[in-house]
Amino acid sequence: MGSSSPAVAHVTPDLAAEHGLSSDEYARLLEILGRAPSLTELGIFSVMWSEHCSYKSSKVWLRLLPTEGPRVIQGPGENAGVVDLGDGDAAIFKMESHNHPSFIEPYQGAATGVGGIMRDVFTMGARPVANLNALRFGAPDHPKTRHLVSGVVAGIGGYGNCIGVPTVGGEVNFDPGYNTNILVNAMCVGLARTDRIFYAAAKGTGHSVVYVGSKTGRDGIHGATMASAEFNDDTEEKRPTVQVGDPFTEKLLVEACLELMAGDTIIAIQDMGAAGLTCSCIEMADKGGVGIDLKLDAVPTREEGMSAYDMMLSESQERMLMVLKPGAEEQARAIFTKWGLDFAVVGITTDTNRLIAHHNGVTEVDVPIDVLANSAPEYKRPWVLPDPPGAIDPGDVAAPQSISGALEAMIGSPHLCSRAWVWEQYDHMVMADTVARPGGDAAVVRIHGTNKGLAATADVTPRYCTADPREGGKQAVAEVWRNLTATGAEPIAITDCLNFGNPERPEIMGQFVGCIEGMVEACTALEFPVVSGNVSLYNETNGQAIPPTPAIGGIGLIPFIAQMARIALTAPEQTLILIGEERGHLGQSLYMQIVLDAKLGAPPPVDLKAERRAGDLVRALIREGAVTAVHDVSDGGLLIALSEMALAGDIGVTLAPYEGPLPQHAVLFGEDQGRYIVAAEGDGQAILARASEAGLPARVVGHSGGDAIVMGDESVFPLALLRQLHEGWLPGHMSTI
Amino acid sequence: MKSSVIVFPGSNCDRDVAVSLKQLTGHAPAMVWHGDAEVPDSDLIVLPGGFSYGDYLRSGAMAAHSPIMSDIVAKARSGVAVLGICNGFQVLTETRLLPGILMRNASLKFICRDVTLRVERNDTIFTNRYRKGDVIKIPVAHHDGNFFSDDETIRALEGEGRIVLRYCDAGGEASGDANPNGSCANIAGILDKSGRILGLMPHPERLADEALGGTDGAPMFRSLLEALH
Repeated sequence: MGSSSPAVAHVTPDLAAEHGLSSDEYARLLEILGRAPSLTELGIFSVMWSEHCSYKSSKVWLRLLPTEGPRVIQGPGENAGVVDLGDGDAAIFKMESHNHPSFIEPYQGAATGVGGIMRDVFTMGARPVANLNALRFGAPDHPKTRHLVSGVVAGIGGYGNCIGVPTVGGEVNFDPGYNTNILVNAMCVGLARTDRIFYAAAKGTGHSVVYVGSKTGRDGIHGATMASAEFNDDTEEKRPTVQVGDPFTEKLLVEACLELMAGDTIIAIQDMGAAGLTCSCIEMADKGGVGIDLKLDAVPTREEGMSAYDMMLSESQERMLMVLKPGAEEQARAIFTKWGLDFAVVGITTDTNRLIAHHNGVTEVDVPIDVLANSAPEYKRPWVLPDPPGAIDPGDVAAPQSISGALEAMIGSPHLCSRAWVWEQYDHMVMADTVARPGGDAAVVRIHGTNKGLAATADVTPRYCTADPREGGKQAVAEVWRNLTATGAEPIAITDCLNFGNPERPEIMGQFVGCIEGMVEACTALEFPVVSGNVSLYNETNGQAIPPTPAIGGIGLIPFIAQMARIALTAPEQTLILIGEERGHLGQSLYMQIVLDAKLGAPPPVDLKAERRAGDLVRALIREGAVTAVHDVSDGGLLIALSEMALAGDIGVTLAPYEGPLPQHAVLFGEDQGRYIVAAEGDGQAILARASEAGLPARVVGHSGGDAIVMGDESVFPLALLRQLHEGWLPGHMSTI
Repeated sequence: MKSSVIVFPGSNCDRDVAVSLKQLTGHAPAMVWHGDAEVPDSDLIVLPGGFSYGDYLRSGAMAAHSPIMSDIVAKARSGVAVLGICNGFQVLTETRLLPGILMRNASLKFICRDVTLRVERNDTIFTNRYRKGDVIKIPVAHHDGNFFSDDETIRALEGEGRIVLRYCDAGGEASGDANPNGSCANIAGILDKSGRILGLMPHPERLADEALGGTDGAPMFRSLLEALH
């Protein structure tokens, strides 16, 4: 190892600016080091202080989120969150964005997003058991949309299918606000035993730091920095910053890591994701209170002549860093060799609290770890939150020419049509534990070898967040809670993926703050803590930001999968009951957007107390076996929810007459929150009584049977036609060139 | 019944089929690493689904040259039953234990959904617990399931009754619309000449448990138990 000080290689303030550091930040770097940085050190500071890695604009607000609860084993701050599922089972999960790379190179961007989030989960000792994703694309007819949809969907499938982890759920939406900044948010849920969870803290000195997985190439250098800046007209030139995924290697890495984790060999383990070797070294050393000396000459490389700068900043995929217990090296090496993966001792933990990297006999890096890890800039950026628009009276929203015409337009629209074209490209059944497939309120996978179920879903309604960030943030959390509840699950915890525009603009920062405040309110009221998450800012192009999109991924526990509800109607002559208050709220509804081509008024308010009462009642009814099908009422309102239940079960519905004061279209298409439809044998009186006891409005909204949606005398809408509209739009659109 | 499930790097339905074998035949299979030289004494060898070697080069092509394969070919020729599911079917065509090739789906897309299949024969070791003409529902999940062979081979498969499973509609009609991947003659599964080797694209292990939404795959495992116990 060389003992010379880092080479001072012409680092200038201009070069620092090119690395995305502000002049203040560069001055701070000089102060910390007491000298000019080497080029590699500059690269290290720039990635560690990038928005993507440091959360410098968001940290101050993220601290407000509730992160604790009786089932929380590990909240935010580790690779993923961990919750207790009882009987020694733990779920480990997280959602993360891969927006910028997916717009530039949709297949690889999405694929590596899936690969990255799975590594976050298995690095903690969990076998990944379910993948989900939340995807937002631009207007369907935007020239790039088809290309991006097919590339992203193929990329997600290409990676997840190969690894053999089912992709069971998520959401796909279209809005012109995402024309030049699509969102690809990938979520992974894994299962582990509570006594076999692995963390990143590299405690103890003199231990081997081991590199496993793929070789390091020059791909993805500065990916984290790229993800921390806006796009402009030169976006195409950023293609080389996108990483390339190799799901086969990741599959081998999962199996090798889990095999090694079955023994007692690992002190700390961390995947190499954003900012690669740099970030993983710093996080492990910082959490363990140690230093790390790296011998970069030992790093397995894919290309000749890679510099220290390249190796420290590469974001090559499918790599992990571990600190092994003394004497465990040969056992570990044998496992990785069996799986055909690289295994190299690249360093040692020290008591210096510094990250020191040597290459070709030169000390290329010598930086203090705690400062680098913990003194990233933290900004309380200025923000403004405009007054939300006022609520619109249902009577002031125009009625459609006919209800069946509105139903036709809505069910076959890009917003409400079937997503089967997407999920049929994902293997959603591998592992043979998918007990509720995509298309329901939440997907459910059986906890392998048990009769317990793990429900998972991802949701947010960006048009609500745009109109009123606070209500939108609240609604996103509430809808996730509701979707989990609709399967019979006890909602446990969430992960979030907060996608916004440029935080340096006060109106964007205001959206962020509003959404966070709404989320805090809902998480607190529903006792639904945040255990992991990710922030993606700068989702804008030439000053045009995306709609605020705080995607929420949630999981819940079903104690016995036999007591699980699905949305599909199961038999004719059953009574359909709506639980929850009908207020006919049409502001920001899909009815307004699709039928009236408007986005006006306040979004529907969420009454969190009523939300909780309704959910607790529905969950109890499911577990008692009192209901045969359950669906929450959300986008599109009551008539769309009933149609979805009818289509899923291939059984028609006859609507009961409504005798209240609201206009018919407000009853059928209003998006009032906190509502569920339940189907039951008999006349449903017992359920109405239960609702009344719980202080919840409820009424019979129809009966199952026949092969059509029958609405009074006015119209009969055949299911076959409804199905054609619902299932036809997406494949039809995607096959049009 | 003694069975072995071969685990290639990239296999991902090895556990699923092992669970079905255990549940439905009462005997847990041996899990055999592809790098081993020999398959333990077995009545049935299963080549599971997945992406052996990442499906790089061509699906099943590299697995066909794994160290374990020469013993599998030898045992198959001596009459040990072999079941190749999905990627396992692709491996069997690559080793030439079964004819034809599995090309990219006609849609060019990965397809994962339930399909309906017509059971063409119930006098095989794989299908004796079905009735001839049964229409069963089990899923497919593949990118390369489009069975292709020259006309002569297809005629031979037809003539020798070696097409055991065909994609069909709910009424049992092997129509073009019911063909998910463009396979010649709606072929979903074929036998070798001895009748002891079956390759099929659909996954019987994925619908062999009521909790998963169906059990039409279960009789295949029970058939094997009946024939090989």
